[in-house]
Amino acid sequence: MNGFFDIPSDLQHSWAGLVGVHLREALLPVAAGLLLALPLALLCDRFRWLYPPVLGLTTVLYAVPSLAFFVVLIDWTGQSELTVMIPLALYSLVVLVPAIADGVRSVPDETLSAATAMGFGPVRRYLQVQLPVAAPAVIAGLRVATASSISLVSVGALIGNQGALGNLMAAAQKYDRPELAANAVLTTAVLAILCDAALVALRRALTPWMPRSGRERTAVPREELLAKGAAR
Amino acid sequence: MIRIDSVTKRYPDGTVAVDRLSLEIPDRSITVLVGPSGCGKTTTLRMINRMVEPTEGTILLDGEDVQRQPVTALRRSMGYVIQNAGLFQHRTIADNIATVPRLLGWGKRRARERAAELMERVGLDASLAGRYPYQLSGGQQQRVGVARALAADPPVLLMDEPFSAVDPVVRKGLQDELLRIQDELGKTIVFVTHDIDEAVKLGTMVAVLREGGRLAQYAPPAELLSDPADAFVEDFLGADRGIRRLSFFTSDALELTTDAVIPADAPAERLAAAEAPYLLVTDAEGRPLGWRERGSDGGRLLSHGRPFRPGTDSLRAALDCAVLSPTGWAVAVDADGRVTGVVSQQTIGEAIRAAHSRAEPDPDPDPARGEDEKVAG
Repeated sequence: MNGFFDIPSDLQHSWAGLVGVHLREALLPVAAGLLLALPLALLCDRFRWLYPPVLGLTTVLYAVPSLAFFVVLIDWTGQSELTVMIPLALYSLVVLVPAIADGVRSVPDETLSAATAMGFGPVRRYLQVQLPVAAPAVIAGLRVATASSISLVSVGALIGNQGALGNLMAAAQKYDRPELAANAVLTTAVLAILCDAALVALRRALTPWMPRSGRERTAVPREELLAKGAAR
Repeated sequence: MIRIDSVTKRYPDGTVAVDRLSLEIPDRSITVLVGPSGCGKTTTLRMINRMVEPTEGTILLDGEDVQRQPVTALRRSMGYVIQNAGLFQHRTIADNIATVPRLLGWGKRRARERAAELMERVGLDASLAGRYPYQLSGGQQQRVGVARALAADPPVLLMDEPFSAVDPVVRKGLQDELLRIQDELGKTIVFVTHDIDEAVKLGTMVAVLREGGRLAQYAPPAELLSDPADAFVEDFLGADRGIRRLSFFTSDALELTTDAVIPADAPAERLAAAEAPYLLVTDAEGRPLGWRERGSDGGRLLSHGRPFRPGTDSLRAALDCAVLSPTGWAVAVDADGRVTGVVSQQTIGEAIRAAHSRAEPDPDPDPARGEDEKVAG
């Protein structure tokens, strides 16, 4: 009767439904964060003085507890998924902005000079030369942001029914059904691992131009990023 | 023609990179900017395609101020080759070469065909088209860099120390290739280097710059070697400029003698009759075998050293052969390696004096130039 996949009806979703909601609430913010981080990193590359304050700002945003965001946002966006996703998108910036900015900055000077000399404008040069070369670093950033976002969605349970698999944990407490908590934890972990594997596959597909040994080398900055992501 | 008219580049911190520089860069020839680091040669090059804007002065391209031209169109009309090639590591070799044609809106197919044509021209195997830069050697990458610069067939080519990061053997190959390509295409090339040997080998005109971006001398390389303008230029040219200058004199006027050349199967009377202290023994085809000391039994021959080819090689090559020869005589051969005669150091010395007096005051820069810079150096 009270099985592993028997979801209490007040959650309004089946297990698969919760997984879908969870992925949506976790991945849309990362996508939004990426869209925001790309121009920010371009500006930081063009105007070097901008980088430290932008980095400072993303760190401060990251330090704001999600509960505080909810309290402010609930007046505008109500008890909706959006209220959960906005802070998650802002949190992802702390990883994505430096990942893109540093990746873009690592493009050799000769390559940049050659591009400029051949008549690339700044935006075209950023999109067609710097970003593709920075792809491994960008994807390394995306991996951290995605894993972090998948785990953070659960806090949405604080504003009612918006925590997806997090709601399952709340339900576990409410109905004294520890197996639901185990379900929530395991499912979240599996989602994180699958998304990470998908991103690794994407990087492989995007970088046929990298020497095999080089693949390992670009993974180094990720350790740094992980340390930062784990702090939360 | 590119005309640099009293151009100055001063940075906000007061550093003067280029100081009232004026140069006329002739069409369809290689003009080399050479000097120590900090002499403003790269800055000057970059002002031509406006990667650096001059503080004062103007640069005219075919009579038009480059600063009045749209910057991207200007740059796409000038090929640019940089040190370490600066290839796009995420693009295949063919796509790297096709960059500017694609920027200019050529169709994919036409750009690809053009890339294939250029790979052949710069001596790259067609099988490399689909490779990525990391799979190529430094020399190959630099060839791709040259091909990429030539892709849209620009009239002007700007080259910023393109060959300085490769080893000497590869560099010599790239230099020879550039001269060959230039013979075929006749571009207006501005070439920056810190290597005076490279400048002398490649340049039709050479501008020597000194620290602070001032022009020390602007002359054809032979004139540079014969008449350095001042102590700085003389110093920069190095101690052996007299020897190097011989590269610009042809060796075809050398008087060769065949008195001391005998076939290996010559009769003994001929050997006994010979007067020279050394005899050059040749095989049945006329190729040199070695020197035989007069009076020796001929069992062991002295090495004939590296022969030179009159007409093709310069006086420098001939002198080098004579200096390296154990007998002091240089061996001259034809295109098939058959001995055409021998010549002594003394005769070469006379030819050098004669060439000098003929060359004053305006040495002929053409004959045999650049063929053998590295032979003695």
